Amino acid sequence: MSRITLEGIAHSYPRSATMALQPIDHVWEQGRAYALLGPSGCGKTTLLNIISGLISPSQGRVLFDGRDVTQLPTEQRNIAQVFQFPVIYDTMTVAENLAFPLKNRRMERAAIKARVAEIADLLDLTNDLPRRARALTVEAKQKVSLGRGLVRADVAAMLFDEPLTVIDPALKWHLRSKLKAVHRALDLLMIYVTHDQVEALTFADEVVVMKDGRVLQVASPAQLFERPEHTFVGYFIGSPGMNLIAAKISDHVAHVSGHDIELGARYPKIKNGEAVIGFRPDFASLVPEGGIPVQVRRVEDLGRRRLARVALGPHEIFANVPEGVSIGGGQAGLTIQQDRLFVYVNDELVLGDRR
Amino acid sequence: MAAEVLSTSSLAAVENPARSRRAFRLTNLLPRVGFAVYLLALMLPIYWLINMSLRSNEEITSSLAFWPHHPSLQKYFFIFSDPTWVHAFMVSLTYVAINTVISVTVALPAAYAFNRYHFIGDKYLFFWLLSNLMAPAAVYAMPFFNLYYAIGLFDTIWAVALAHCLFNVPVAVWILEGFVAGVPREIDEMAAIDGYSFPRFFIRIFIPLIANGVGVTAFFCFMFSWVEQLLATTLTATDALPFAAVMTRSYSVAGMDWSLLAAAGVLTMIPGALVIWFVRNHIAKGFALGRV
Amino acid sequence: MEKPLNNRAWLMVAPVLVLVLFSALLPMMTVVNYSVQDSLGQNQFFWNGDAWFRDLLNPSTEIGARFSDALLRNLSFSLVTLALEVPLGIAIALCLPRGGWAVGPLLVIIALPMLIPWNVIGTMWQIFSRADIGLFGAALTGLGLHYNATQNAISAWCTIVVIDVWHWTPLIILLTYAGLRAIPDAYYQAARIDAASRWATFINIELPKLQKVLVIAVLLRFMQTFMIYTEPFVVTGGGPGSATTFLSIDLVKIALGQVDLGPAAAMSLVYNLITLTICWIFFTIMTQLDRRRYA
Repeated sequence: MSRITLEGIAHSYPRSATMALQPIDHVWEQGRAYALLGPSGCGKTTLLNIISGLISPSQGRVLFDGRDVTQLPTEQRNIAQVFQFPVIYDTMTVAENLAFPLKNRRMERAAIKARVAEIADLLDLTNDLPRRARALTVEAKQKVSLGRGLVRADVAAMLFDEPLTVIDPALKWHLRSKLKAVHRALDLLMIYVTHDQVEALTFADEVVVMKDGRVLQVASPAQLFERPEHTFVGYFIGSPGMNLIAAKISDHVAHVSGHDIELGARYPKIKNGEAVIGFRPDFASLVPEGGIPVQVRRVEDLGRRRLARVALGPHEIFANVPEGVSIGGGQAGLTIQQDRLFVYVNDELVLGDRR
Repeated sequence: MAAEVLSTSSLAAVENPARSRRAFRLTNLLPRVGFAVYLLALMLPIYWLINMSLRSNEEITSSLAFWPHHPSLQKYFFIFSDPTWVHAFMVSLTYVAINTVISVTVALPAAYAFNRYHFIGDKYLFFWLLSNLMAPAAVYAMPFFNLYYAIGLFDTIWAVALAHCLFNVPVAVWILEGFVAGVPREIDEMAAIDGYSFPRFFIRIFIPLIANGVGVTAFFCFMFSWVEQLLATTLTATDALPFAAVMTRSYSVAGMDWSLLAAAGVLTMIPGALVIWFVRNHIAKGFALGRV
Repeated sequence: MEKPLNNRAWLMVAPVLVLVLFSALLPMMTVVNYSVQDSLGQNQFFWNGDAWFRDLLNPSTEIGARFSDALLRNLSFSLVTLALEVPLGIAIALCLPRGGWAVGPLLVIIALPMLIPWNVIGTMWQIFSRADIGLFGAALTGLGLHYNATQNAISAWCTIVVIDVWHWTPLIILLTYAGLRAIPDAYYQAARIDAASRWATFINIELPKLQKVLVIAVLLRFMQTFMIYTEPFVVTGGGPGSATTFLSIDLVKIALGQVDLGPAAAMSLVYNLITLTICWIFFTIMTQLDRRRYA
């Protein structure tokens, strides 16, 4: 199978007036890892469940390789899902757990054994095979849950619903890297729901950022970072997120608190000139002289870089302090990389004319 | 973060129309027939009880009929109009309600402790609780009488409410412990990490997760207390005369007043039916995706 | 599966302890007191040591024979009713819908038999089981069976069993249903994704998750059947002969019939101990199985 297609998928729960999911079209390609990222209530779990078949969408179609599976139940869609809590068969050993899906499909004993061994090896579970699944740690149990999905060679896609939620923070990285290793080894389509941007950005080839049932942007982690198409994306991703400041735009200049900032592009069409400009702290630096005059409130040394909190009038801005630059006293100059300075109207990115 | 995970919206994933297509196979028919047969068998004696309550005693003891020849609500009117009966009914309802609330409230933290913690003597204590259900009430009657008389609670609803704790509290603890066991420990840990204080976690997060257990426990406490007669009659005289005691008035020198007893029997089903109606959503509450 | 050692848990258990102890201790002391004393009447007691107990446990004495007969009756009764009620209860619980409008009414109907006072149940079945004026009796004799609840030992037995099954299967149904609903849907979904059959789902998911609930259901039912009193007393009077004279009925007969409470008290203690022992054995087996399975 090479792709999952969503056509006009939208959903509102019964007895609910609001749409949990606004209409969405998307194609998920085989072998790629996707993340559905967003705050709680944004509809990412709903979307995942529509793909897996646990929910029937109010509108639209789900196509697996061109085949309409919208009305098909989960077990007929050839997907596997890993939930927040490990779902294992308490009474069975790890080996029996992994073998179960194959046994039910009447695979040969020898073939089952080989496949189980293969997957156990991939997940570092080989030593745990003869143990009772219930007696394992939470991380190991999640791996068994994962393993049960992977053990079927014909599985079309693996869906993850915040699988690291109950994992000890110290061990999350271990499971994350395991997931990435599995992805590389098996070339599966993987869709991963999370509200943790670090998880999403490290795991996925492409991230779908959602909020309030809408897809805001679908892009690679790098693109999300470098070119957020929505103020929420800018704000949510990055630590700290994008600086977002209300400004008045006239042609190629933004007026903020009595200062003019050169935008590097023309924006002739903005009504009343009301907009928000956004730039990431990573693309803004403090210089001892020149630039936009700002008040320095605080400089934090984060090891790899120094982050300054400055004020431009009433607006609070985060900016980098480059190496070798020492900022003393309350004043400094702010310079912003022009090609990373974006303009948003009604939260949406507006492209300027860069001629 | 934990709040998102632990919201108990029941997505009830069964939104798939494909499922209904499988509904008509024979393997689905057999259990349905069996279920219907069971319900029928269950209702027959109850229908008979209602039948008896509407017939006269002479009719009951002389002929077999599916429906009374002259159906009469006379016994029901009698019960509703007699202040002793009505008062007794209210008395019984009161002490049963008090007992249910006490039993469930006290049992909740205990059930949690028994399941989540290990402490000295926990296994024996747990079992000892259950052993209190094994003493025949007849054995307890006289000593209880003396005890409650001595502390001045004789003939009050509190006497019965407290005395019934003897068996209701252990039942509540045992049932709830089973449901506490079904909630993964990770939830407790997550709540602790998210900064919930224990009481707040217990009340706002944990108890909703064992809603099925709480519902069924509340009903059973109500039921066991409601039908208990020996202690209820031993510990009361006139002020707190319970329904059970007044029912014995159906046995008189003149013989058994069958239809009166049957009418009383029918009426006693009503409060319990209401209780289970109110907790039905708790008992049947589902959990969508791994405690989400 | 390590449980943290936490003696502060006693605080959470304290209210339960206080309430139950308050009710349990005094009466138990009284009973023990009576069981080791004899009386010359007029409330004068003298020490009798373990004489009552020795009589009781010796099947060659009159009281010993009665006791062992009744004990056997109780054990077989408990076994038969449990064997009928538990599978039936579980099966019905599996048939109940997961949600929807029908759940409420069904729960109410199923719960009804348990809400009727036990003497009313006994009285009602007294009539119900008669061949001349009762539907049950008439139907059975109409089918050609020699049914007579008061005169035929087998009929009496069967009637008591039927009454108990009718009366108490709902307990098992409700407990099982609540336990089933507490299983998160994700397990069922995983089972479907794994292409598990209905039976495999039952054995691998439902039954293990129901274990605790079933233990309490079985223990409760065992205790209730082992101590059954009202229904047999009202419907058959313990008869015909001593066919349905269960231990509790015998106990009351002895206690009422004698001036001294010694034999009755001794009997009730032994009765209690037997119940306790059987339950303890069952409980220990189940917890050991649990521990071994999950070790």
